[in-house]
Amino acid sequence: MADAPVLSVRNLTTSFRTGDGWKTVVRDVSFDVNTGETVAIVGESGSGKSVTSLSIMRLLSQGSSRIEGEVLLNGRNILALSEKEMRGVRGNDVAMIFQEPMTSLNPIFTIGRQISEVLVRHKGMTASQAREETVRLLEKVRIPNASSRFDEYPHQFSGGMRQRVMIAMALASKPKLLIADEPTTALDVTIQGQILDLIKVLQEEEGMSVLFITHDMGVVAEIADRTIVMYRGEQVEAGATEDIFLRGKHPYTRALLSAVPKLGSMKGHTWPTRFPVVDVTTGEAAEPVEATDTVEKGKTPLLAVKNLVTRFPVRSGLFSRQTGAVHAVENVSFDLFRGETLALVGESGCGKSTTGRSIMRLIEPTGGEVSLDGYDVLRLDQVGLRNLRKSVQMIFQDPFSSLNPRMSVGAAISEPFIKHKLGTARQAKEKTADLLTKVGLSPDMADRYPHEFSGGQRQRIAIARALSLDPKVIVADESVSALDVSIKAQVCNLLLDLQQSLDIAFLFISHDMAVVERVSHRVAVMYLGEIVEIGPRAAVFENPQHPYTKKLMAAVPVPDPGRRGIRRGISNDELKSPIRGMDYKPPVRQYREVSEGHVVQVA
Amino acid sequence: MTVIEQTAPTIAKSREKSRAWRKMCANRGSIVGMVIILFFAILAIAAPILPIPDPVATSWSAIRKAPSAAHWMGTDDLGRDILSRMIWGARASLMAGVISVAIAVAIGVPFGLLSGYFGGWVDQVIQRVTEALLAMPFLITAIALAAFLGPSLTNAMIAIGLSAMPIFVRLTRGQVLAVKTEDYVEGARSVGLGHVDIMTRYILPNVFAPIIVQATLTVATAIIAEASLSFLGLGQQAPAPSWGSMLNVAKNFLSQAPWMAMWPGAAIFLVVIGFNLLGDGLRDALDPREN
Repeated sequence: MADAPVLSVRNLTTSFRTGDGWKTVVRDVSFDVNTGETVAIVGESGSGKSVTSLSIMRLLSQGSSRIEGEVLLNGRNILALSEKEMRGVRGNDVAMIFQEPMTSLNPIFTIGRQISEVLVRHKGMTASQAREETVRLLEKVRIPNASSRFDEYPHQFSGGMRQRVMIAMALASKPKLLIADEPTTALDVTIQGQILDLIKVLQEEEGMSVLFITHDMGVVAEIADRTIVMYRGEQVEAGATEDIFLRGKHPYTRALLSAVPKLGSMKGHTWPTRFPVVDVTTGEAAEPVEATDTVEKGKTPLLAVKNLVTRFPVRSGLFSRQTGAVHAVENVSFDLFRGETLALVGESGCGKSTTGRSIMRLIEPTGGEVSLDGYDVLRLDQVGLRNLRKSVQMIFQDPFSSLNPRMSVGAAISEPFIKHKLGTARQAKEKTADLLTKVGLSPDMADRYPHEFSGGQRQRIAIARALSLDPKVIVADESVSALDVSIKAQVCNLLLDLQQSLDIAFLFISHDMAVVERVSHRVAVMYLGEIVEIGPRAAVFENPQHPYTKKLMAAVPVPDPGRRGIRRGISNDELKSPIRGMDYKPPVRQYREVSEGHVVQVA
Repeated sequence: MTVIEQTAPTIAKSREKSRAWRKMCANRGSIVGMVIILFFAILAIAAPILPIPDPVATSWSAIRKAPSAAHWMGTDDLGRDILSRMIWGARASLMAGVISVAIAVAIGVPFGLLSGYFGGWVDQVIQRVTEALLAMPFLITAIALAAFLGPSLTNAMIAIGLSAMPIFVRLTRGQVLAVKTEDYVEGARSVGLGHVDIMTRYILPNVFAPIIVQATLTVATAIIAEASLSFLGLGQQAPAPSWGSMLNVAKNFLSQAPWMAMWPGAAIFLVVIGFNLLGDGLRDALDPREN
């Protein structure tokens, strides 16, 4: 690079004030971002990647934080600027976009007003100039019908569209540097693909530099020229993305990369395969073990779902008359055998979670048949329903909200056992100890409370609790989605091990195609409440038939730097709404059998 | 089988109790609060055996005397010893504060819990009644109820408790609505727990913190409310003392005998602070997350 870097960070160290002294959370980080370059900072939660970006923008509260080192923006040390001068830098030379597009726009002003206000205030434009420029920006971020959407409010925009608006707002000042802090993490995978495409295009058009903060190695591979790997507040490795991915030197880098599920990595495997276990200190990976056949096919299925329908009434007007319904689950049928994992995949709002909850009757379905371990689920009374809980259990997504903070871990695990009167208090205690060991924790942790554990450990506790009734089916609702990559791999391995030893059937609900490919026997793809394609894992992943399945696969970022610069050309369309009027008759669907057990919706 | 159901939770509970107690003792504020409240409580209980003059004995020779060796806190407009009336009055005031709030919590929290948990028509009915009660000013409701029940300290406490109840219904309901959506509540349903278990073990412990804070604040309001009722002859019956009634009389003599107002005012202030400190400490101590 001939010219000086846009951003140059030297020995950045950030500390936070704690009860007794200062705690350093980012240590000695140095890197450059050149003109037109994309640099990614990647790391797991607690690695200090977000704090690094906030330090650069000086957005940490002043009294409780201390930033040392140098941050040179176009050669000017912005750590030495006054707060007032800094305000001129933010949103002008550097713009930032955040993770949550849902909360970062003010709901009471129109989209157009929020953007043009920036232009009027910072650029001294007149109202009509600002309006014109705003429309141009909205067009730039490829929002269809930009001029007509100028006067709409944020709630009329979907998550992906809002993120586009945020980007438009960031572009308003023609910044030289864009800091994107997990900008696609909260978005669905097809929408994420669109936004990544957009950032790449805009970068070319505007020639700006991008500092991209993410936890997702797939996204990094796709977007970054250079990559910085952070681990526990330190920069463990930095270099060209290709070098990091293919010739990573630090053991942590290699550990992180091998834990990343890679779409397409299961070619040639017949059964679900454990993630390789990597030693963080040496970076040596143990060979991943393929599971043995646990599925008891041919016998009666453990769980049979036929034509399941779940709708939620939409009410409006003075007397809350029902004016329509959310068709969350529409005519869903599938079987699940003992020891089998069936994955339900799809994007947010496709009805996969509702399906799981309807089967357990945590939500009352509207119609259909569910038979589970001999129970006719939809016709059970309260007592029968309670007995059903012994056969089917659930693991939730967020380990931080799925455990009662006021109950010790031991009490939480033994509670179902005791309440169902499965044994004495002593037996419950033994069972708890046994379960804690089974999920890889130690029995003496029973007296502690959930807040004393990390996310991964909490998820293990939740799994132990689910196991306390010896269920035959476990509904795992996005159970690994909220976890860091390495923890995700460990918990997936734990689920696979439990399936091996206990012959549990999993209904694995997930939006993460790469994880699904790794752990499941069969896959069902859901779209707008319906299963559009279902079949054995290999068939669905290697020979997808339905256009939506293909689109979903194409959108998954693959951690392979060879794919950098890829343009998916995904159209800007969005997920359609499953809300229908009262007179809506669901169409009768036709299905075609592609190969044995692989069925796809054709019309 | 019932034995099983009880043993395990009790083990867990006793452990929790000792932990909460340790945390309580580590908090300087809550210690101060406890000391203040204990001080007044002991005085109130010990009133009959303390060597103090009769709180209702009047003396024409000692009307509105400033504090002196004979009357440490001075005397009131009828020549009664204020120290003695303060000590005896502590009984009425503390009781009015604590018992009426206990009544409000005991009725308000369960209704709020039911309302928030079940929703639907249960919620509608409870909320409409609560709104109706809230629409009337607190004191007016208390006066009307007390007048209806008949003048006595007990009835005043019931009246105050019932008037303060809607706040707790509202507060509890709001908290329950928030906690109800947490995954762990759905988790409790998915392991097959009944409504009672979910409400008592999963929801109630997680909504209690703001209720405790509100309760300590309401103790202050209740003490003052008792004073107002006494003033109208609906609370503590004259000549028996309560801090509130003493304040009410004292306000007529603020310029001539400020000590008449000063002592009960200071006592109410201290007790309220004591309850607030204790409440804050209790809230933190009962939360396993904070250390």
